Amino acid sequence: MTRTLLIVFAKEVIDNFRDRRTLASALLMGPLLGPMLFAFVINLSIERSLSDVDNSMALPVIGAEHAPNLRRFLESRNIEIVAGPADRAAAITAVKTGEIDVVIIIPAEFGEQLSGGEPARVELVSDQSDQEAERDARRARNAIGAYNQQLAALRLIGRGVSPVILQAITVDDVDVSTPSGRSGILLGMMSYFFIFAMLMGGMYLAIDTTAGEREHGSLEPLLSLPVTREQLMLGKVAATCVFMATSLMLSLWSFFFALRFMPLEQLGMTPNFGPGVVLAAFFLLAPFILLGAALMTLVASFTKSYKEAQTWLSIVLIAPTLPILVVSILNVRPKLELMFVPSLSQHLILQDMVKNEPLQWLHVTISVVSTLLIGALLTWACARLYRREGLLG
Amino acid sequence: MIVVTDLQKSFGKVRALSGVSFSAPDGKITGLLGPNGAGKSTTLRVLYTVLRPDAGTALIDGIDVVKNSLAARQRIGSLPHGAGLYPHLTARENIAYYAALCGVDRAAVDDKVQGIIDLLEITAFADRRTKGFSQGQRTRIALARALVHDPQNIILDEPSNGLDVMATRSLRELILKLRDAGRCVLFSSHVMQEVAVLCDDICIIAHGKVAIDESVDGIRERTGCDDLEDAFVAAIQMVAPE
Repeated sequence: MTRTLLIVFAKEVIDNFRDRRTLASALLMGPLLGPMLFAFVINLSIERSLSDVDNSMALPVIGAEHAPNLRRFLESRNIEIVAGPADRAAAITAVKTGEIDVVIIIPAEFGEQLSGGEPARVELVSDQSDQEAERDARRARNAIGAYNQQLAALRLIGRGVSPVILQAITVDDVDVSTPSGRSGILLGMMSYFFIFAMLMGGMYLAIDTTAGEREHGSLEPLLSLPVTREQLMLGKVAATCVFMATSLMLSLWSFFFALRFMPLEQLGMTPNFGPGVVLAAFFLLAPFILLGAALMTLVASFTKSYKEAQTWLSIVLIAPTLPILVVSILNVRPKLELMFVPSLSQHLILQDMVKNEPLQWLHVTISVVSTLLIGALLTWACARLYRREGLLG
Repeated sequence: MIVVTDLQKSFGKVRALSGVSFSAPDGKITGLLGPNGAGKSTTLRVLYTVLRPDAGTALIDGIDVVKNSLAARQRIGSLPHGAGLYPHLTARENIAYYAALCGVDRAAVDDKVQGIIDLLEITAFADRRTKGFSQGQRTRIALARALVHDPQNIILDEPSNGLDVMATRSLRELILKLRDAGRCVLFSSHVMQEVAVLCDDICIIAHGKVAIDESVDGIRERTGCDDLEDAFVAAIQMVAPE
C-alpha cells in the first residue's frame, strides 16, 4: 500500500518539477505576486499619508511682501512661498480650473491691521469639493492658524495674562490601539494571499490527477495497472500537498522579507511578523493544505478537459476569500463558532497573531481539527470518485 | 488465456455489448475484428478492468476481472487505444514508473527496463523526454511499458493506428515473438488484411455481438467468400442490429 503511494508520489513530484508552468505558479506566481502587490498598495498609501509632513509644498501667495513675518513662519513649516496669479480674479479662475490647488491673498492693509490690534484679514482660495486639492488647502489653513495662535499668545503675555486662560477645555485623545493592532487592519488581507498562494501551488497537480491524465491519454493505462485507484489518488494528492506546502512556506517568507522594506512604522504599525510567527503561521495554515488539495482534485475530476478544469479551479481559488470578505465588512470579532469555518478560522487567528494578541488555544485547536476533518472527508470523497467509471470520460 | 462469456454492457441507452463470448488461448494470436463502434474497445476495456460489465464474465488465466481485478490486472499488459505517456519523463522513466507500480522489485527495475528497451529497440531515444515523440515512438514506449512486468496476457487496442510501414512491421514481429514465447495475445483492429496476416484466430464482432469466431480458413469457409474483405462484410451482415 505505502510503496505504491510513494512510487506515485515520487513520480508526480519529479514530473511536476520539470513542468515549467507548474513550477512558475507554485514557486513564483503565488509566493511573489501577493507580497509584491501588497507592498505596492502599502507603499502607495504610506506615500499619500506622509506627503504632508515630508514634502515641501509650494504655496502661491498674492501680496507676500505685506507679511514678511508670516512668510518666514510658513517657510519654517516647509511651505515654500511662490508668486501667485496677478490678482484676486485671476486667482479664483486658476483655482476653479484646477490649475492651482490653493492661493493665499494678503491684502496691503494686513501689516497695519496687525499692528493696530485688529483682526487681520487673509483670504484663502480653494475648491473644497476637490479632496486632493483640499489637502494642500488644509495644510495652509493649519499653518496660518498656528501663526494666529502664536501671535495671540504673545499678545496676552505682553499684557501680563497667561495664554492658558484661553483654553477652557482641552481634549486628550487616548488611542487604545497598539501599533501591532493597527497593523491588523491593513494586514488583514494577507491571510488570503497565503491561502491563494497555497492553492496556486497545487492547482496544476490537482488538474493533472484527473483531467490532465485523461487529456494526455495516460489515465486509462494507469488505471489498468495492478494497483488500487485509491493508492494512485492518494499518492497524487500527497504530491499536490507537498507543492502547496512549498508555496505556502515561500509566500510566508517572501512576506517576511517584503515587510522589511515597507516603512510601516511611519503608519504607526509594527506587525508582529518575525521568523517565529512565520513558522507558527505555517502550522496554522497547513491543515488547509489537505482541504485545498482534495477540494481542487474533486472539482477537477468532474471536468471534461484541462481548460474546463482551469476555469472551475479559478473559482475555487476565490472561494476561500468569501468568508474573509464578509467578516471584514461586518467587522466580526473571533468567536468560538467561527473557528469551525475553514479559511475564516485561519484568517481570524492569523490576524490575532499579527496583532500580537495572546493565542486562544481552544480556537487554534478547533480550527486545526475541523479543517483537517473536512479535508479528510473531501479526500475520502476523491478516493470514491476515482473509482467511478465515468472518470475516464 | 482469456475466456469471455456473454459479456453485456450499456452506456445509458446505448447497448455497446449484447452478449460477447470468445476465448483467446495461450501461444496464439487472437484478433478482435469489427467495424467502428462494434464494441471492440468496450470488450477490451472490460478485460483490462477499467469498465465493469453489466452481466457476463471475463476470466484472465481463470481469474475473474470483476471479483479479483487486482490479480487479473497483474496478469495483463495492456495498450489502450491512444495510450499517452508523461511528456516530462524520459522514455526510460515512463517505463520504470509502470514497472515499479506493477510490483517489480526495486533492485530489478533497472535491469527489467533495460531488457524491454533492448527488446523493442528503443535505445536510441530511451533517455530523451517523450515530449514531441512521433506516434511510432510513442506506441513503442507504451508497448514497452505494458510488457515490462512480463504479463502472460497481452491486450492491444488498435496498436497499428497511426504507425508507418516500418513501425507496423516491427510491431508485427514483436507480436509474433510474444506468441512464440507462449503468451496470449489479443488485439483489435478494423483492418481485415492486418488481422489476416497475423492472427491464428479471428473473432469478428458487430453491433456488440460475435459474428464469427474462427481461423482465417474457417471464416472463408463459413462465409463462402474467398476474398477476405468480402468475407468480413458477409460476416458482419450475419448479425442484425437490435
